[in-house]
Amino acid sequence: MYANPNSIINPSLWPNGPAPGCFFNFPGANVTSTSSSSGIITRTQSPVTTGTSILGLVFDGGVMLAGDMLGSYGSMAKFRSIERTIKVNNSTVLGATGDIADFQHLKAIIEQKVIDEDCADDGFTLKPKALHTWLTRVLYNRRSKFDPLWNTFLVAGIEDGEPYLGCVDKIGTAFSDSKIATGYGAHIALPLMREGLEKKPQMTQEEARALLINCLRVLFYRDCRALNKHQIATITKEGVTIENNIELDTNWEVANFVIGYE
Amino acid sequence: MFGQAILNDNLPGAKQHHWSPYTDNGGTIVAVAGDDFAIIASDTRLIQGYSILSREQTKLFKLSEQTVLGVSGCWCDVLTFTRTLEARMKMYLHEHLKPMSTPAVAQLVSTMLYHKRFFPYYVSNIVAGLDQDGKGTLYSYDPVGHCEKNRYRAGGAAGAMLQPLLDNQVGLKNMKGGVLPDITKEKALMVIKDSFISAAERDTSTGDGVIINIITKSGVEVMHFPLRKD
Repeated sequence: MYANPNSIINPSLWPNGPAPGCFFNFPGANVTSTSSSSGIITRTQSPVTTGTSILGLVFDGGVMLAGDMLGSYGSMAKFRSIERTIKVNNSTVLGATGDIADFQHLKAIIEQKVIDEDCADDGFTLKPKALHTWLTRVLYNRRSKFDPLWNTFLVAGIEDGEPYLGCVDKIGTAFSDSKIATGYGAHIALPLMREGLEKKPQMTQEEARALLINCLRVLFYRDCRALNKHQIATITKEGVTIENNIELDTNWEVANFVIGYE
Repeated sequence: MFGQAILNDNLPGAKQHHWSPYTDNGGTIVAVAGDDFAIIASDTRLIQGYSILSREQTKLFKLSEQTVLGVSGCWCDVLTFTRTLEARMKMYLHEHLKPMSTPAVAQLVSTMLYHKRFFPYYVSNIVAGLDQDGKGTLYSYDPVGHCEKNRYRAGGAAGAMLQPLLDNQVGLKNMKGGVLPDITKEKALMVIKDSFISAAERDTSTGDGVIINIITKSGVEVMHFPLRKD
Protein backbone atom coordinates (compact mmCIF):
# COMPACT_ATOMS: atom_id res chain seq x y z
CA MET A 1 0.00 0.00 0.00
CA TYR A 2 2.75 2.42 0.96
CA ALA A 3 5.75 2.33 -1.31
CA ASN A 4 8.04 3.90 1.24
CA PRO A 5 7.60 2.77 4.85
CA ASN A 6 9.38 5.95 6.02
CA SER A 7 6.42 8.04 4.87
CA ILE A 8 4.32 6.42 7.58
CA ILE A 9 6.82 7.28 10.28
CA ASN A 10 7.47 10.81 8.99
CA PRO A 11 4.53 11.78 6.80
CA SER A 12 4.66 15.08 4.98
CA LEU A 13 1.59 17.29 5.25
CA TRP A 14 0.84 17.28 1.53
CA PRO A 15 3.29 15.40 -0.72
CA ASN A 16 3.90 17.26 -3.97
CA GLY A 17 1.74 20.12 -2.69
CA PRO A 18 2.76 23.58 -1.59
CA ALA A 19 4.70 23.93 1.65
CA PRO A 20 2.70 25.18 4.64
CA GLY A 21 2.58 28.97 4.72
CA CYS A 22 4.17 29.42 1.30
CA PHE A 23 1.21 31.38 -0.04
CA PHE A 24 1.82 34.15 2.47
CA ASN A 25 4.36 36.63 1.27
CA PHE A 26 5.57 38.11 4.51
CA PRO A 27 7.18 41.46 3.99
CA GLY A 28 10.90 41.17 4.51
CA ALA A 29 10.87 37.38 4.71
CA ASN A 30 13.87 37.24 2.41
CA VAL A 31 15.47 40.45 3.64
CA THR A 32 16.07 39.76 7.31
CA SER A 33 18.85 37.35 7.93
CA THR A 34 20.84 36.77 11.06
CA SER A 35 23.87 34.79 10.12
CA SER A 36 25.74 33.66 13.17
CA SER A 37 28.07 31.32 11.28
CA SER A 38 29.70 34.11 9.29
CA GLY A 39 29.71 36.44 12.29
CA ILE A 40 27.99 39.11 10.21
CA ILE A 41 24.64 40.24 11.53
CA THR A 42 22.32 41.98 9.13
CA ARG A 43 19.72 43.85 11.10
CA THR A 44 18.16 45.75 8.22
CA GLN A 45 14.49 45.21 8.71
CA SER A 46 11.27 46.11 7.05
CA PRO A 47 7.92 46.94 8.59
CA VAL A 48 5.42 44.25 9.62
CA THR A 49 2.19 45.76 10.96
CA THR A 50 1.97 49.26 9.55
CA GLY A 51 -0.03 52.43 9.91
CA THR A 52 -0.60 54.81 7.02
CA SER A 53 -0.62 58.63 6.82
CA ILE A 54 -0.75 61.10 9.70
CA LEU A 55 -1.65 64.73 9.01
CA GLY A 56 -0.61 67.75 11.05
CA LEU A 57 -1.89 71.31 10.69
CA VAL A 58 -1.20 74.48 12.67
CA PHE A 59 -4.12 76.89 13.18
CA ASP A 60 -4.55 80.15 15.04
CA GLY A 61 -3.87 79.25 18.67
CA GLY A 62 -3.15 75.55 18.32
CA VAL A 63 -2.31 72.54 16.24
CA MET A 64 -4.15 69.39 15.11
CA LEU A 65 -3.07 65.87 14.26
CA ALA A 66 -5.29 63.50 12.30
CA GLY A 67 -5.02 59.93 11.07
CA ASP A 68 -6.89 56.67 10.86
CA MET A 69 -6.86 53.75 13.29
CA LEU A 70 -5.80 50.90 11.02
CA GLY A 71 -2.90 48.55 11.53
CA SER A 72 -2.27 46.89 8.16
CA TYR A 73 -0.58 43.50 7.85
CA GLY A 74 0.77 43.82 4.33
CA SER A 75 -2.39 44.42 2.32
CA MET A 76 -4.62 42.90 5.00
CA ALA A 77 -6.61 45.37 7.10
CA LYS A 78 -5.84 43.40 10.26
CA PHE A 79 -6.07 45.65 13.33
CA ARG A 80 -8.95 48.09 13.03
CA SER A 81 -8.70 50.12 16.20
CA ILE A 82 -5.05 50.97 16.79
CA GLU A 83 -4.32 54.25 18.52
CA ARG A 84 -1.69 55.80 16.29
CA THR A 85 -2.11 59.25 17.80
CA ILE A 86 -1.34 59.40 21.51
CA LYS A 87 -1.37 62.05 24.19
CA VAL A 88 2.08 62.44 25.71
CA ASN A 89 1.15 65.08 28.30
CA ASN A 90 -1.01 68.20 28.54
CA SER A 91 1.03 70.06 25.92
CA THR A 92 2.15 67.37 23.50
CA VAL A 93 0.76 64.65 21.24
CA LEU A 94 2.55 62.15 19.05
CA GLY A 95 1.33 60.55 15.83
CA ALA A 96 3.01 57.62 14.07
CA THR A 97 3.20 56.23 10.57
CA GLY A 98 4.95 52.95 9.77
CA ASP A 99 5.68 49.95 11.98
CA ILE A 100 3.17 49.76 14.83
CA ALA A 101 5.39 47.57 17.02
CA ASP A 102 8.27 50.04 16.80
CA PHE A 103 5.84 52.85 17.66
CA GLN A 104 4.40 51.01 20.65
CA HIS A 105 7.94 50.22 21.84
CA LEU A 106 8.84 53.93 21.74
CA LYS A 107 5.47 54.84 23.24
CA ALA A 108 6.29 52.76 26.32
CA ILE A 109 9.65 54.51 26.68
CA ILE A 110 8.07 57.95 26.26
CA GLU A 111 5.35 57.15 28.81
CA GLN A 112 8.08 56.19 31.28
CA LYS A 113 9.88 59.47 30.54
CA VAL A 114 6.68 61.38 31.31
CA ILE A 115 6.24 59.47 34.58
CA ASP A 116 9.85 60.25 35.52
CA GLU A 117 9.22 63.94 34.82
CA ASP A 118 6.11 63.83 37.03
CA CYS A 119 8.03 62.13 39.82
CA ALA A 120 10.73 64.80 39.73
CA ASP A 121 7.91 67.22 40.65
CA ASP A 122 10.02 70.22 39.64
CA GLY A 123 7.37 71.87 37.51
CA PHE A 124 9.08 70.86 34.28
CA THR A 125 7.32 68.76 31.68
CA LEU A 126 8.33 67.22 28.37
CA LYS A 127 7.74 69.91 25.74
CA PRO A 128 7.06 69.25 22.06
CA LYS A 129 10.40 70.59 20.79
CA ALA A 130 12.26 68.52 23.37
CA LEU A 131 10.35 65.37 22.41
CA HIS A 132 10.94 66.09 18.72
CA THR A 133 14.69 66.48 19.22
CA TRP A 134 14.82 63.41 21.44
CA LEU A 135 13.03 61.31 18.81
CA THR A 136 15.42 62.64 16.15
CA ARG A 137 18.40 61.41 18.17
CA VAL A 138 16.82 58.03 18.92
CA LEU A 139 15.90 57.39 15.28
CA TYR A 140 19.26 58.65 13.97
CA ASN A 141 21.18 56.45 16.40
CA ARG A 142 19.16 53.41 15.38
CA ARG A 143 19.74 54.11 11.68
CA SER A 144 23.46 54.50 12.42
CA LYS A 145 23.40 50.99 13.90
CA PHE A 146 21.71 49.79 10.69
CA ASP A 147 18.76 48.77 12.86
CA PRO A 148 16.17 51.45 12.15
CA LEU A 149 12.85 52.05 13.87
CA TRP A 150 10.56 51.99 10.84
CA ASN A 151 8.41 55.05 11.59
CA THR A 152 7.70 58.61 10.61
CA PHE A 153 6.53 60.61 13.62
CA LEU A 154 4.64 63.86 13.88
CA VAL A 155 5.08 65.75 17.14
CA ALA A 156 2.48 68.43 17.82
CA GLY A 157 2.01 70.69 20.80
CA ILE A 158 2.11 74.07 22.41
CA GLU A 159 5.44 75.47 23.60
CA ASP A 160 5.69 78.90 25.24
CA GLY A 161 2.20 79.71 24.01
CA GLU A 162 3.12 78.97 20.38
CA PRO A 163 1.86 75.98 18.40
CA TYR A 164 4.58 73.58 17.26
CA LEU A 165 4.50 70.85 14.63
CA GLY A 166 7.52 68.68 13.81
CA CYS A 167 8.30 65.57 11.78
CA VAL A 168 10.99 62.88 12.10
CA ASP A 169 11.49 59.93 9.78
CA LYS A 170 13.19 56.55 10.20
CA ILE A 171 16.70 57.83 9.48
CA GLY A 172 16.35 60.99 11.59
CA THR A 173 15.43 63.53 8.93
CA ALA A 174 13.68 66.17 11.02
CA PHE A 175 11.99 69.47 10.28
CA SER A 176 9.25 71.72 11.52
CA ASP A 177 6.47 73.26 9.45
CA SER A 178 2.90 74.54 9.80
CA LYS A 179 1.56 71.71 7.64
CA ILE A 180 3.02 68.21 7.40
CA ALA A 181 1.65 64.93 6.09
CA THR A 182 3.41 61.56 6.24
CA GLY A 183 3.25 58.54 3.96
CA TYR A 184 0.64 58.60 1.23
CA GLY A 185 -0.73 61.82 2.72
CA ALA A 186 2.44 63.64 1.64
CA HIS A 187 1.30 63.08 -1.95
CA ILE A 188 -2.48 63.36 -1.60
CA ALA A 189 -3.32 65.45 1.49
CA LEU A 190 -0.39 67.87 1.71
CA PRO A 191 -1.24 69.71 -1.55
CA LEU A 192 -4.81 70.14 -0.27
CA MET A 193 -3.51 71.47 3.06
CA ARG A 194 -1.08 73.85 1.32
CA GLU A 195 -3.91 75.11 -0.88
CA GLY A 196 -6.10 75.65 2.17
CA LEU A 197 -3.39 77.53 4.06
CA GLU A 198 -2.54 79.64 1.02
CA LYS A 199 -6.17 80.79 0.81
CA LYS A 200 -6.32 81.44 4.54
CA PRO A 201 -2.96 81.52 6.35
CA GLN A 202 -4.52 82.07 9.80
CA MET A 203 -7.14 79.35 10.15
CA THR A 204 -9.58 79.01 13.02
CA GLN A 205 -9.83 75.70 14.83
CA GLU A 206 -13.09 74.90 13.00
CA GLU A 207 -11.60 75.66 9.59
CA ALA A 208 -8.53 73.54 10.31
CA ARG A 209 -10.73 70.67 11.45
CA ALA A 210 -12.90 70.90 8.35
CA LEU A 211 -9.81 70.90 6.11
CA LEU A 212 -8.30 67.90 7.88
CA ILE A 213 -11.56 65.97 7.70
CA ASN A 214 -11.72 66.63 3.98
CA CYS A 215 -8.13 65.37 3.64
CA LEU A 216 -8.93 62.23 5.66
CA ARG A 217 -11.91 61.56 3.40
CA VAL A 218 -9.84 61.93 0.22
CA LEU A 219 -7.20 59.65 1.74
CA PHE A 220 -9.85 57.06 2.58
CA TYR A 221 -11.04 57.18 -1.02
CA ARG A 222 -7.60 56.86 -2.57
CA ASP A 223 -5.27 55.17 -0.07
CA CYS A 224 -5.83 51.39 -0.08
CA ARG A 225 -4.24 51.16 3.39
CA ALA A 226 -6.67 53.65 4.97
CA LEU A 227 -9.71 53.01 7.15
CA ASN A 228 -12.83 55.08 7.77
CA LYS A 229 -12.23 55.26 11.48
CA HIS A 230 -10.16 58.21 12.52
CA GLN A 231 -8.52 60.01 15.40
CA ILE A 232 -8.26 63.79 15.57
CA ALA A 233 -6.08 65.36 18.25
CA THR A 234 -6.35 69.05 19.06
CA ILE A 235 -3.78 70.88 21.15
CA THR A 236 -4.49 74.40 22.38
CA LYS A 237 -3.49 76.39 25.45
CA GLU A 238 -6.41 74.69 27.22
CA GLY A 239 -4.78 71.29 26.77
CA VAL A 240 -5.06 68.17 24.65
CA THR A 241 -8.22 66.51 23.36
CA ILE A 242 -8.20 63.37 21.24
CA GLU A 243 -11.38 62.30 19.50
CA ASN A 244 -11.45 58.60 18.68
CA ASN A 245 -13.45 56.43 16.29
CA ILE A 246 -14.57 59.27 14.00
CA GLU A 247 -16.42 57.86 11.01
CA LEU A 248 -16.82 60.12 7.98
CA ASP A 249 -19.78 60.12 5.62
CA THR A 250 -18.65 58.98 2.19
CA ASN A 251 -20.16 58.93 -1.25
CA TRP A 252 -19.34 56.08 -3.62
CA GLU A 253 -21.87 57.07 -6.34
CA VAL A 254 -19.10 57.53 -8.88
CA ALA A 255 -18.18 53.88 -8.47
CA ASN A 256 -21.17 53.07 -10.68
CA PHE A 257 -19.52 54.92 -13.54
CA VAL A 258 -16.35 52.89 -13.37
CA ILE A 259 -16.72 50.15 -15.97
CA GLY A 260 -14.72 47.12 -16.87
CA TYR A 261 -14.39 45.59 -13.39
CA GLU A 262 -17.83 43.96 -13.12
CA MET B 1 7.27 23.19 -7.90
CA PHE B 2 4.88 26.11 -7.75
CA GLY B 3 5.28 26.37 -4.00
CA GLN B 4 8.87 27.39 -4.48
CA ALA B 5 8.08 29.66 -7.41
CA ILE B 6 5.85 31.74 -5.12
CA LEU B 7 8.62 32.15 -2.58
CA ASN B 8 10.99 33.44 -5.24
CA ASP B 9 11.12 37.20 -4.80
CA ASN B 10 12.79 37.72 -8.18
CA LEU B 11 9.40 37.33 -9.84
CA PRO B 12 8.20 40.38 -11.73
CA GLY B 13 6.15 42.59 -9.46
CA ALA B 14 7.74 41.23 -6.30
CA LYS B 15 9.09 44.07 -4.22
CA GLN B 16 11.86 44.10 -1.74
CA HIS B 17 12.05 46.96 0.71
CA HIS B 18 15.41 48.56 0.26
CA TRP B 19 16.76 50.55 3.15
CA SER B 20 19.53 53.09 3.06
CA PRO B 21 20.87 55.16 5.96
CA TYR B 22 21.31 58.06 3.55
CA THR B 23 18.87 60.17 1.59
CA ASP B 24 19.28 63.17 -0.72
CA ASN B 25 17.45 66.20 0.66
CA GLY B 26 18.68 68.60 -2.05
CA GLY B 27 19.47 72.23 -1.42
CA THR B 28 22.12 74.61 -2.65
CA ILE B 29 24.69 76.82 -0.89
CA VAL B 30 26.52 79.75 -2.48
CA ALA B 31 29.18 81.82 -0.73
CA VAL B 32 31.39 84.73 -1.76
CA ALA B 33 34.15 86.35 0.29
CA GLY B 34 35.16 90.00 -0.12
CA ASP B 35 37.86 92.09 1.49
CA ASP B 36 35.98 92.94 4.70
CA PHE B 37 32.88 90.78 4.37
CA ALA B 38 31.69 87.28 3.56
CA ILE B 39 28.29 86.38 2.19
CA ILE B 40 26.77 82.91 2.40
CA ALA B 41 23.33 81.96 1.13
CA SER B 42 21.15 78.85 0.97
CA ASP B 43 17.82 78.04 -0.57
CA THR B 44 15.00 77.09 1.80
CA ARG B 45 13.60 73.99 0.11
CA LEU B 46 13.90 70.57 1.75
CA ILE B 47 13.08 67.64 -0.51
CA GLN B 48 12.93 63.86 -0.44
CA GLY B 49 12.51 62.11 -3.78
CA TYR B 50 10.01 64.14 -5.76
CA SER B 51 8.29 65.49 -2.63
CA ILE B 52 8.86 68.85 -0.99
CA LEU B 53 9.14 68.27 2.77
CA SER B 54 9.34 71.95 3.64
CA ARG B 55 9.53 75.27 1.83
CA GLU B 56 11.10 77.17 4.71
CA GLN B 57 14.13 75.30 5.98
CA THR B 58 17.34 77.32 6.19
CA LYS B 59 20.59 75.45 5.68
CA LEU B 60 22.69 78.18 7.30
CA PHE B 61 23.92 77.76 10.87
CA LYS B 62 25.32 80.75 12.71
CA LEU B 63 28.25 79.46 14.75
CA SER B 64 29.46 82.84 16.09
CA GLU B 65 29.25 86.55 15.29
CA GLN B 66 32.08 85.96 12.80
CA THR B 67 31.29 82.54 11.33
CA VAL B 68 28.36 80.95 9.50
CA LEU B 69 28.24 77.36 8.27
CA GLY B 70 26.19 76.33 5.23
CA VAL B 71 25.35 72.63 4.91
CA SER B 72 23.31 70.61 2.43
CA GLY B 73 23.02 66.95 1.53
CA CYS B 74 21.55 64.24 3.76
CA TRP B 75 19.47 66.26 6.21
CA CYS B 76 19.73 63.84 9.14
CA ASP B 77 23.52 64.06 8.85
CA VAL B 78 23.28 67.85 8.56
CA LEU B 79 21.35 67.98 11.85
CA THR B 80 23.73 65.64 13.64
CA PHE B 81 26.85 67.34 12.31
CA THR B 82 25.72 70.90 13.09
CA ARG B 83 24.48 70.01 16.58
CA THR B 84 27.79 68.37 17.43
CA LEU B 85 29.62 71.37 16.00
CA GLU B 86 27.46 73.82 17.95
CA ALA B 87 28.20 71.87 21.13
CA ARG B 88 31.94 72.05 20.37
CA MET B 89 31.63 75.81 19.76
CA LYS B 90 30.12 76.19 23.25
CA MET B 91 32.78 73.99 24.84
CA TYR B 92 35.49 76.11 23.21
CA LEU B 93 33.80 79.33 24.34
CA HIS B 94 33.63 78.19 27.96
CA GLU B 95 37.18 76.83 27.97
CA HIS B 96 38.91 79.74 26.26
CA LEU B 97 36.48 82.57 27.16
CA LYS B 98 36.33 83.66 23.51
CA PRO B 99 34.49 82.36 20.47
CA MET B 100 36.38 80.10 18.06
CA SER B 101 37.94 81.95 15.12
CA THR B 102 36.86 81.16 11.56
CA PRO B 103 40.13 79.37 10.56
CA ALA B 104 39.87 77.26 13.74
CA VAL B 105 36.26 76.36 12.90
CA ALA B 106 37.45 75.45 9.40
CA GLN B 107 40.00 72.97 10.78
CA LEU B 108 37.47 71.57 13.28
CA VAL B 109 34.94 70.93 10.51
CA SER B 110 37.56 69.01 8.52
CA THR B 111 38.57 66.93 11.55
CA MET B 112 34.96 66.17 12.46
CA LEU B 113 34.18 65.05 8.90
CA TYR B 114 37.26 62.85 8.61
CA HIS B 115 36.49 61.31 12.01
CA LYS B 116 33.62 59.57 10.24
CA ARG B 117 35.66 58.67 7.16
CA PHE B 118 34.27 55.13 6.85
CA PHE B 119 30.61 55.96 7.58
CA PRO B 120 30.63 59.56 6.40
CA TYR B 121 28.29 62.44 7.01
CA TYR B 122 26.79 62.76 3.52
CA VAL B 123 27.02 66.55 3.46
CA SER B 124 28.48 69.40 1.48
CA ASN B 125 29.87 72.10 3.79
CA ILE B 126 30.89 75.70 3.28
CA VAL B 127 32.28 77.77 6.17
CA ALA B 128 32.08 81.53 5.65
CA GLY B 129 33.26 84.30 7.94
CA LEU B 130 35.89 86.81 8.87
CA ASP B 131 39.36 85.76 9.98
CA GLN B 132 41.29 87.28 12.91
CA ASP B 133 42.34 90.22 10.68
CA GLY B 134 38.74 90.97 9.71
CA LYS B 135 39.23 89.71 6.16
CA GLY B 136 36.44 87.81 4.41
CA THR B 137 37.29 84.12 4.27
CA LEU B 138 35.67 80.95 3.04
CA TYR B 139 36.34 77.20 3.23
CA SER B 140 34.62 74.40 1.32
CA TYR B 141 34.66 70.65 2.02
CA ASP B 142 33.89 67.26 0.57
CA PRO B 143 31.89 64.78 2.71
CA VAL B 144 35.02 63.17 4.22
CA GLY B 145 36.84 66.34 5.23
CA HIS B 146 38.95 67.53 2.34
CA CYS B 147 39.18 71.31 2.88
CA GLU B 148 40.00 74.11 0.51
CA LYS B 149 40.21 77.87 1.09
CA ASN B 150 38.28 79.83 -1.54
CA ARG B 151 37.15 83.32 -2.54
CA TYR B 152 33.85 82.00 -3.86
CA ARG B 153 32.11 78.61 -3.90
CA ALA B 154 28.84 76.95 -4.84
CA GLY B 155 27.93 73.71 -3.08
CA GLY B 156 25.11 71.22 -2.77
CA ALA B 157 22.65 70.02 -5.39
CA ALA B 158 23.17 72.84 -7.90
CA GLY B 159 26.81 73.41 -6.91
CA ALA B 160 28.18 71.88 -10.11
CA MET B 161 25.81 74.04 -12.12
CA LEU B 162 26.62 77.32 -10.38
CA GLN B 163 30.40 77.05 -9.92
CA PRO B 164 31.17 77.90 -13.59
CA LEU B 165 28.89 80.92 -13.31
CA LEU B 166 30.83 82.11 -10.26
CA ASP B 167 34.15 81.34 -12.02
CA ASN B 168 33.05 83.75 -14.73
CA GLN B 169 31.26 86.45 -12.75
CA VAL B 170 33.28 86.47 -9.51
CA GLY B 171 36.58 84.83 -10.48
CA LEU B 172 36.66 86.61 -13.87
CA LYS B 173 38.34 83.48 -15.27
CA ASN B 174 39.60 83.23 -18.87
CA MET B 175 39.41 86.96 -19.39
CA LYS B 176 42.05 89.32 -20.62
CA GLY B 177 42.83 92.08 -18.18
CA GLY B 178 44.95 93.25 -15.31
CA VAL B 179 44.77 92.50 -11.60
CA LEU B 180 41.65 90.99 -10.14
CA PRO B 181 39.87 93.59 -7.98
CA ASP B 182 38.12 92.49 -4.77
CA ILE B 183 34.43 92.00 -5.37
CA THR B 184 32.09 94.58 -3.84
CA LYS B 185 29.29 93.59 -1.50
CA GLU B 186 26.66 94.85 -3.95
CA LYS B 187 28.09 92.89 -6.89
CA ALA B 188 28.45 89.74 -4.73
CA LEU B 189 24.83 89.98 -3.59
CA MET B 190 23.68 90.45 -7.17
CA VAL B 191 25.60 87.41 -8.42
CA ILE B 192 24.34 85.27 -5.53
CA LYS B 193 20.71 86.23 -6.17
CA ASP B 194 21.08 85.56 -9.90
CA SER B 195 22.74 82.22 -9.15
CA PHE B 196 19.78 81.02 -7.10
CA ILE B 197 17.24 82.29 -9.62
CA SER B 198 19.08 80.35 -12.33
CA ALA B 199 19.47 77.23 -10.17
CA ALA B 200 15.74 77.25 -9.36
CA GLU B 201 15.02 77.16 -13.10
CA ARG B 202 17.05 74.03 -13.76
CA ASP B 203 17.33 72.13 -10.45
CA THR B 204 14.12 70.71 -9.01
CA SER B 205 15.58 70.43 -5.52
CA THR B 206 16.38 74.16 -5.33
CA GLY B 207 13.64 76.75 -4.91
CA ASP B 208 11.00 78.35 -2.65
CA GLY B 209 13.28 81.02 -1.16
CA VAL B 210 16.80 82.10 -0.31
CA ILE B 211 18.29 83.10 3.03
CA ILE B 212 21.39 85.27 2.81
CA ASN B 213 23.78 85.93 5.68
CA ILE B 214 26.14 88.88 5.30
CA ILE B 215 29.02 88.65 7.75
CA THR B 216 30.83 91.91 8.55
CA LYS B 217 32.71 93.15 11.62
CA SER B 218 29.40 94.44 13.00
CA GLY B 219 27.87 90.95 12.96
CA VAL B 220 25.62 88.84 10.76
CA GLU B 221 22.88 90.51 8.73
CA VAL B 222 20.09 88.22 7.50
CA MET B 223 18.20 88.78 4.24
CA HIS B 224 15.50 86.77 2.56
CA PHE B 225 14.08 86.70 -0.93
CA PRO B 226 11.57 84.41 -2.66
CA LEU B 227 12.23 81.91 -5.47
CA ARG B 228 9.82 80.04 -7.71
CA LYS B 229 7.83 77.49 -5.73
CA ASP B 230 7.19 74.89 -8.46
